[in-house]
Amino acid sequence: MTFINYASREINCKIVYYGPGLCGKTTNLQFIYDSTAAQARGKLISLATEADRTLFFDFMPLELGTVRGFKTRFHLYTVPGQVFYEASRKLILKGVDGVVFVADSQEERMDANIESLYNLEENLRTYGYELMKLPYVLQLNKRDLPNVIPTDELTTELQRKGEPVIEAVASTGAGVFDTLKAVAKQVLTELRKA
Amino acid sequence: MVILESRFHHIKALLARLRLDSSARLVVLVDKDGQQIAVHGELGDLDTTSLASLAAGNVAATGGMARLIGENEFPTLSHEGEKESIHICVIGRVLLLVVFDDRSSLGLVKLRSKQLSHELARVFAEIEKESAAARANSSLPFNGITDEEIDSLFSPA
Repeated sequence: MTFINYASREINCKIVYYGPGLCGKTTNLQFIYDSTAAQARGKLISLATEADRTLFFDFMPLELGTVRGFKTRFHLYTVPGQVFYEASRKLILKGVDGVVFVADSQEERMDANIESLYNLEENLRTYGYELMKLPYVLQLNKRDLPNVIPTDELTTELQRKGEPVIEAVASTGAGVFDTLKAVAKQVLTELRKA
Repeated sequence: MVILESRFHHIKALLARLRLDSSARLVVLVDKDGQQIAVHGELGDLDTTSLASLAAGNVAATGGMARLIGENEFPTLSHEGEKESIHICVIGRVLLLVVFDDRSSLGLVKLRSKQLSHELARVFAEIEKESAAARANSSLPFNGITDEEIDSLFSPA
């Protein structure tokens, strides 16, 4: 839920990166963190297992700039992708303003993408949100790998509502900021309609 | 949620009172979604944005455990460290977080937090009404914002 503070002239929004295990959600955040000036972002908090898999969430606040005298801050979260972390994954979606679905483009991960997307829609519904009405971007990640499914096939399978589809290689940063920009723009546009 | 300037100053005054009455180091008010609403006390170099997000995660996780055992939620949480401790009190959709050290005690912090929680609950009931009215009256700051204004956030300075 967008939080507007008239005293500190701030607008805070929450964006969640969702997707199957090892699809690159944390890598997206890590790249944004590494490429952003220190004054525009806070710490990157990772609640991860010893094997560096997300256990609960990653979190990073990012300030984009000022509009109409209000600082716009985005709180970026990832969810744990592994299937058995379902309970904690659902918690992160509470109060979400925009979602990025990070799909793993590799052929062998197609079922995991479909399962995770279905799981996203279901978990959103438990909070009374509809994916069809929420700012949303589909990122097709890992486009640099040899065994990827062609973009149009992936889009046909995973695109839900004509949302922006962005090809990415999160490990090198390709498409990472385009994805963030696409979802942030939709969130701000929603505020216009509020 | 929309917090008007007068409400914000009222909240800050309530936090200042709690900090004094409980001899706490720091008092933070956090939205259940992890957004920091207000803070008062010895900040030092403490990253209160991360603290707010982690507190909300903490309450969400223990709330999940509560529901598994048939409780609605755990209304308070306490974490006691060697020198510094944290007490969190759930008040509707906000969390009152108190950081304290050996100048205070958990008992005192719990008591003062509970006493303040009723007043904060009333304030946030008002804030809910004001937020709904602001949305209904289209008086939010981003109403009518242009595409150019949104794009300007993403153009290199």
